[in-house]
Amino acid sequence: MAGILGAEVVFGHKMPQNYFPVGLQDPDPFKLFNKDRGMVVLNDKPWNMEAKAHLLNDDITPNKYMFIRNNGKIPENIDVSTWTLTIDGESVNNPKTYTLDELKRKFTQYTYRLTLECGGNGRSEFNPPAKGNQWTLGAVSCAEWTGVRLRDVLEDVGISPDAVYIGYHAADTHLSGDPRKEPISRGVPIAKAMQDETLLAFSMNGEDIPLAHGFPLRLVCGGWPASTSGKWLTGISVRNKVHDGEKMGGSSYRVPCETVAPGTKVDDENMCIIESMPVKSLITFPKSGALIKNGQTLQINGHAWAGELEVSKMEYSIDFGSTWHNCALKKPSNRLAWQHFKASISFPKKGYYEVWARATDSQGKSQPMVLPGWNPKGYLNNACHRIAVKMV
Amino acid sequence: MKPNFEEQIKAFVSVLAIFLLLILVLFGGLFYFNNRKPKINLEEIPVEANEEDYDKVENGVHVATGFIDDKGMQATIQNCTGCHSAKLVTQNRMSREGWKATIVWMQETQNLWDLGANEELILNYLSKNYAPTNKGRRQNLEVAEWYELN
Repeated sequence: MAGILGAEVVFGHKMPQNYFPVGLQDPDPFKLFNKDRGMVVLNDKPWNMEAKAHLLNDDITPNKYMFIRNNGKIPENIDVSTWTLTIDGESVNNPKTYTLDELKRKFTQYTYRLTLECGGNGRSEFNPPAKGNQWTLGAVSCAEWTGVRLRDVLEDVGISPDAVYIGYHAADTHLSGDPRKEPISRGVPIAKAMQDETLLAFSMNGEDIPLAHGFPLRLVCGGWPASTSGKWLTGISVRNKVHDGEKMGGSSYRVPCETVAPGTKVDDENMCIIESMPVKSLITFPKSGALIKNGQTLQINGHAWAGELEVSKMEYSIDFGSTWHNCALKKPSNRLAWQHFKASISFPKKGYYEVWARATDSQGKSQPMVLPGWNPKGYLNNACHRIAVKMV
Repeated sequence: MKPNFEEQIKAFVSVLAIFLLLILVLFGGLFYFNNRKPKINLEEIPVEANEEDYDKVENGVHVATGFIDDKGMQATIQNCTGCHSAKLVTQNRMSREGWKATIVWMQETQNLWDLGANEELILNYLSKNYAPTNKGRRQNLEVAEWYELN
């Protein structure tokens, strides 16, 4: 419990067993969610918090540097002993409900490192500005998730061949307080749901999932907008059509099916759901603003990821994209995990430099150097990351 | 005599009913307050200690919410921060049409009420103080702090 809350539970012995005190009420969100003080709070109702590039230097993102993206209110008074997951929907003949314990005992457990990036990461750069939380660079993480395969559970329940999509349901509550409204209920096509790496996870980095990240159960769909990885999971509906839950329609997590000029108004019927996230990378060392001595070489390192694909090439430029040089790039530890890169850079003379990073995916697509296609909600900004360096 | 007696009975019954009701409320209340779990809302922002603090404005910014102090700010606080944080407003930049469309979207899907005469006031405030600026296709890098890397 202390691990989840990031604080000792004083008088914890007086608490009923299995009673989960969401309310340990530190008004300080860094203490409340056990986050590093370098994290940036974008919103406090609902809670939204992001990292900075240099905080994401670990190969496996620890909780303290993991971004928080919430659409509603975090559920209170979670009782793990009575927590259940119900599988239902048009494509399920006999709906079935599992307790957490049953899920853990009945199915084989797997652990994967999975990259989760908010669809709106980088939104702050769009012009004209796009509505929503103004994420800069830090709404991405790659933690180690442990759970059971959604596929194994769906096969245990038995689903009809007409299944098209899965949609999740969760215990968070709507900001307006209206109990009939779900803050968010998204999902993925059945093919993504059946992948080896799509998990019903109950632990993150070897511990119970932290409260803000979906304790006690989370659907994890690596490589896709993180909004498909439903937190505080209570149900999965197997649908015979594209899931129509909250934030599946309108401009939510959708982009124009055909590209549009910046600022164009796009009708709902011309918007398409985002699936795999695009190729992207971050220089996580050094922090932007480094002063280095003339003649000194600069070691850089960072991570690159490409949604469903693998990153096949990683390059850097110190001359504003005129010339590019290869970085050493590692293979992913498993599919959908981000990959680590490093390079050693020599600068020709004193002056102001920007180090730009550019990843290329296994299908030959690279990150753009300027903003990619404008869209009404500012999703999918994968423009190359830049850091400023001065040789003095 | 008879009507008088009837009235006395009625009066007695009324007094008795009120008395019983009070007992019920008293014990019900005691039972409730003794048994409810301490409920603290995770989403609630700590409220400033007193009114004076809450109204504090520094460098043209309302300290408690972060809103720019200008005509229409109070109406904006009252109507926009019930459900979500002021931060969701202040981090966004939109034209008047954009703010209007956002209000309509919240009314259609997020249970926002009719703003009445305040709508004009709020739209004026938002479109003046939170208007978009042209950022181009890529902005210059801003370095918060240069540091020596060894």
